[in-house]
Amino acid sequence: MTTLGELMREPSASGRFGEYGGRFVPESLVPACEELDRAFRSAWSDPSFRSELDHLLRSYGGRPTPVTECRRLSERLGVRLLLKREDLNHTGSHKLNNVIGQALLARRMGKRRLVAETGAGQHGVATATAAALFGMECDVYMGAVDVERQELNVFRMELLGASVHPVQSGSRTLKDAINEALRNWVATVETTHYCIGSVMGPHPYPYIVRELQRVVGDEARRQCREILKSDPDIVVACVGGGSNAAGTFAGFVDSGARLVGVEAAGGAAVQHGVPGIVHGMRSKFLQDEDGQILEAESISAGLDYPGIGPEHAQLADAGRAEYMEANDDEVLAAFRLLAETEGIIPALEPAHGLAWIVREAGKSIPKGSAVLLTLSGRGDKDVALVRERSR
Amino acid sequence: MSGTVPEPAVSESAPAASLEAHLRTLRDAGRKLLVPYVTGGLGDDWLAAVEAAAAAGADAIEVGIPFSDPMIDGPVIQEASVRALASGATPHSILTALAGADVGGTPLTVMTYYNLIARAGLRRMASSLAEAGISGAILPDLPVDELDPWREEAEAAGVETVLLAAPTTPEDRLRRIVARSQGFLYAVGVMGVTGERASLAASALTIARRCKELTDLPVIVGIGISTPDQAAEVCQVADGVAVGSAVVHRLLDGDGPDGVAKLVSSFRDALDTTP
Ligand SMILES: Cc1ncc(COP(=O)(O)O)c(C=O)c1O
Repeated sequence: MTTLGELMREPSASGRFGEYGGRFVPESLVPACEELDRAFRSAWSDPSFRSELDHLLRSYGGRPTPVTECRRLSERLGVRLLLKREDLNHTGSHKLNNVIGQALLARRMGKRRLVAETGAGQHGVATATAAALFGMECDVYMGAVDVERQELNVFRMELLGASVHPVQSGSRTLKDAINEALRNWVATVETTHYCIGSVMGPHPYPYIVRELQRVVGDEARRQCREILKSDPDIVVACVGGGSNAAGTFAGFVDSGARLVGVEAAGGAAVQHGVPGIVHGMRSKFLQDEDGQILEAESISAGLDYPGIGPEHAQLADAGRAEYMEANDDEVLAAFRLLAETEGIIPALEPAHGLAWIVREAGKSIPKGSAVLLTLSGRGDKDVALVRERSR
Repeated sequence: MSGTVPEPAVSESAPAASLEAHLRTLRDAGRKLLVPYVTGGLGDDWLAAVEAAAAAGADAIEVGIPFSDPMIDGPVIQEASVRALASGATPHSILTALAGADVGGTPLTVMTYYNLIARAGLRRMASSLAEAGISGAILPDLPVDELDPWREEAEAAGVETVLLAAPTTPEDRLRRIVARSQGFLYAVGVMGVTGERASLAASALTIARRCKELTDLPVIVGIGISTPDQAAEVCQVADGVAVGSAVVHRLLDGDGPDGVAKLVSSFRDALDTTP
């Protein structure tokens, strides 16, 4: 049994978070995963790597991002709502934190090309951005369904010099984009770094991405202490693969705060999934009785994933974090609510977190609670879709 | 077919003969080994295609159990998997069909992804394979580091687990893989997904040579072996070839069991005339 004090530390040598994680990839990729593991460990304990990353996140990314206390919405909900403003990060989401770190690692390993998958396009845009910044080649795989519903992000990636490859296989969304990115990586592994976008995939990716995103939680913890003079009562983040949630939770796992991850109702791997092995990791996945992976379905491309990062599966089993769901209608209402009451248009993904808060305020969230929500991205990419849905 | 090459020994009934013993006997008698792949559940006549491959000179046959997310497969086997799943193929339906296959003692192996096994339960799947007369399992997303839990159950059920060695595998790791592979050693000929290639990759010969230096297990090169000429070329070094996409391509094109028989014969002829 994992004790709570052991959560969100280093995974075991085989990349396990409790019974989850591991490295289930074709033999061709194992040496690259091992190389990455060595490179990350050496970089992460190298002060010059850390200071270069920190410098880039500040001078290029705009960190630290603020925590904003919502006045009008707090009053409306009867709770004290704080937002960790990852929407103000360069490229408009938390994804840049991970990508700048991985691009630095790629450079350290002598790799000149980045390949990435993307759902909503935010990770693809961030990867294309980092590739432009470091003068690297960049190929992004994106499900054909997502290419259509996030077409502005496709154009953004192209402006940044990346090639975007629509993926026609399977459900033509995020899970299939990951398959295709992995397929490309197998063929190009000697020159290419696979810049995965969330806390998933084979070891060491879930660990690397969590460490690169923990800046969100670490900053927020300090900022909350300044504003609240204490930790928040509840910490909320949306969960696709789970990177913004993992980064946020890492900052609070040893606090008394209740940790809540909110998945899309059509992709709720913790609530409805069972343990399985896909995309290189053992975790929880939506699947049928034979083990065929089911298609997630959500208005938000970034949460349209039938699995969850392995560390979240562990946190759920250990009871340290809870995983809830929000449906498309609640999410659209929350999206509008934040725009109207606070002048902030959120991405649809973190609108899931807000939807849960709106639903639970005064119920499982006691009146007067201090609630921190990681606002993982801004809503520009979703405005057209929301307009479409509102007609 | 050259007169010096022995025909496979015919064993009449399940449980399956040892895959490794079978292949070693043939290899030691000077035969180059031919292992075609057919996607289970693809069309109405996939089982007839398996039987046709056996009759046309296959030394063992890989049957793919289709998975929704075939990470190491290229477009041809992806398409075959989609079609098979759409027509309702399941691990159960495929194994049930294979239990009645008339393959004249040619060993059958399955090639699939680990999730289908994990979902069924390792022990249950291992015994289902054995009951269906399957002698080996090839699980490309189960590397040697993660092998133990499955290996224990498979071994208890009498199913041999074939491991893969890749061009990128370093020497010490290759030794570990070689030491644990059963049945044969699957040498990945090219860095990439399954699929046809216009010419034989240099990496195919290199990995075959590296494997042969380390082991007496039959070394079979797969991935990117698309033509009889390529097969003959790589068998200058390797003990045999696995041919997947080229076979499945014929089935997707509607060439049926006859098309598979023709293709397998052409590989057989090329291998049997390899000096
Ligand atoms: C703004 C935003 N938030 C969240 C996510 C979901 O990813 P994760 O669960 O890894 O944070 C995405 C993914 O595209 C996103 O764009």
